[in-house]
Amino acid sequence: MQPIAYREIEGRSPAYYALLGGLALFVLFGLSAAYYMEEHGHIVTGMNNQIVWGMPHVFAVFLIVAASGALNVASIGSVFGKSMYKPLAPLSGLLAIAMLLGGLTVLMLDLGRPDRLIVAMTYFNFKSVFAWNVFLYTGFFTVVAVYLWTMMERRMNPYTKAAGMAAFIWRLLLTTGTGSIFGFLVARQAYDSALMAPMFIIMSFSYGLAVYILVLLAAYNWTGRALGDTVLLRLKKLLAVFIAAVLYFVAVFHMTNLYFTKQHGIERFILLDGGIHTLLFWVGQVLLGSLLPLAILFHPTLGKQRPMIALSAALVIVGGLAQMYVTIIGGQAYPLDLFPGMQVTSTFYDGVIHHYTPSLPEIMLGLGGVAIAGAMVVFGIKILRFLPESLENNVVDSHHK
Amino acid sequence: MSDEINVSRRQIVGFGSAALAGLALAPGVLLYDLAHGKQPDEAVSGKVRWGMLIDTNNCKDGCNDCVKACNTEAHLSGGTKETDSQWMRKVELKDMRTGRATSLPMMCQHCAEPPCVDVCPTGASFKRADGIVLVDKHICIGCRYCMMACPYKARSFVHEVVTDQNSDLPRGKGVVESCTMCAHRVDRGQTTACAEACASAGHNAILFGDLNDPNSEIAKRVATYATTQVRADLGLNPGIRYQGI
Repeated sequence: MQPIAYREIEGRSPAYYALLGGLALFVLFGLSAAYYMEEHGHIVTGMNNQIVWGMPHVFAVFLIVAASGALNVASIGSVFGKSMYKPLAPLSGLLAIAMLLGGLTVLMLDLGRPDRLIVAMTYFNFKSVFAWNVFLYTGFFTVVAVYLWTMMERRMNPYTKAAGMAAFIWRLLLTTGTGSIFGFLVARQAYDSALMAPMFIIMSFSYGLAVYILVLLAAYNWTGRALGDTVLLRLKKLLAVFIAAVLYFVAVFHMTNLYFTKQHGIERFILLDGGIHTLLFWVGQVLLGSLLPLAILFHPTLGKQRPMIALSAALVIVGGLAQMYVTIIGGQAYPLDLFPGMQVTSTFYDGVIHHYTPSLPEIMLGLGGVAIAGAMVVFGIKILRFLPESLENNVVDSHHK
Repeated sequence: MSDEINVSRRQIVGFGSAALAGLALAPGVLLYDLAHGKQPDEAVSGKVRWGMLIDTNNCKDGCNDCVKACNTEAHLSGGTKETDSQWMRKVELKDMRTGRATSLPMMCQHCAEPPCVDVCPTGASFKRADGIVLVDKHICIGCRYCMMACPYKARSFVHEVVTDQNSDLPRGKGVVESCTMCAHRVDRGQTTACAEACASAGHNAILFGDLNDPNSEIAKRVATYATTQVRADLGLNPGIRYQGI
């Protein structure tokens, strides 16, 4: 059996530097936005005392969820023994670390007092899901770093399966923690559901794989390395399965709520008359993010064309961001029901739908997080051997199981 | 050298006398404390549970005196923009079936099982032994998870620089704040600013007191009349109770 050869990309072309420079520019924009928000306070954002989590959280939670999902490609190889996935594993680990770093940076820089990060690292309230997440996130970096080491250092190879298993379990815990941030919020009707944790896990499968496919296509296309259909068609089938699974969870979530009379208000808001939220749910999340990519990926001819596969993956990401927006912003926009059956008014916006207009600094901060992840991957594959020289059919076929 | 020893000896005698006097006075001071607030260096007691009873029958529609008093006490701007802090607000209710209208003040309900304290990653949100729920402004990182978790929408995030503060109620840009049940006044044996304002207006709709003291007015009232906890279904056992809703 011919061993897989990994090699750094050359990374000297003007296009490479342009890409890295562009990403660096967005990192700079993001950091400037954070500084601006820190200097003036959150008054310069669209967030307020009604919508307390905004665009930074949409990006941050998406990145964190996608990070754990990107690691799946490696897990399928190491944990489930599918040898075709093994050459794909190092990039999977790199993407996972990079996206988690990007997401956490956004989350941290959006804090009211980011200068007190050390407080969050030294004072813990162990009943808080956030406090658990501090450990889950830092632990994830360590576990995935060790996993990458066992993959990329030949003498550590025998430990890859064990490290992969640990990373797989850790990533399930991590996404459970992320989903539980919302699932454990008893006060708000849009959350308060144990379904949040498994739904976030299946969402991570879908978003993470979509990002992985796009990065893989870009990396092999732009470096002129061979990428065979065996790998790609396998990945796109898997993506289709994950998209369908997310849709299933979303359907179960809303069907359950629709059965409970007390939840009719919030369901009506999201599904029927919630304006931007309804639009983002049906057009963004369901149509563009799920049904259209499903149709493309299952199509006998379109589903085999690379631009179409790339388009599907991009649509899944767009749909994912829409889903995050509807979940995070939409969930807050619907007013708390303090007095059921009563018409409520106050100076503090009780009883009315809350409005939110994202500001430029918030969006730049969010995009800055994406750019941090992107820059880390682009630079990472230049300095370390993350990518196989070839993923041509005959190379992966010999390992195909 | 010998002088120093003499001074020390004198000090010891002095301390000894002070300690003796302290021992003799302590029971009296303790009694005074339980009845009239506490000494500045004394920890709050779990024996008391501060609370307020709001009689909505006496709460006048259109009267805003409690909110104004709260704003004055905490040096809040009184603005009602979406980003302005509002520790207390008047809520107007109308029963959609019967048309019955009710007016009441809404603020931190000082839950016995506060969800804000549960979710706070650093422990900045905390509950004092006497039931008052507060934010430690020194370790709040401004994540706003408590605002997501509060079922009463009682908390505000400080969106911009604040000036002209009351040193008893420190505030700060980038941290979360809410009604403190005037802990600084309560510790001095006074009532809350809102209850005081309501009484001054002649409405007496807000009754402040120790729910744990069977002889207190508030404990007698909650033992006699039907009172309501907002969102009682959550089982949080709030320290604020309402009559007439």
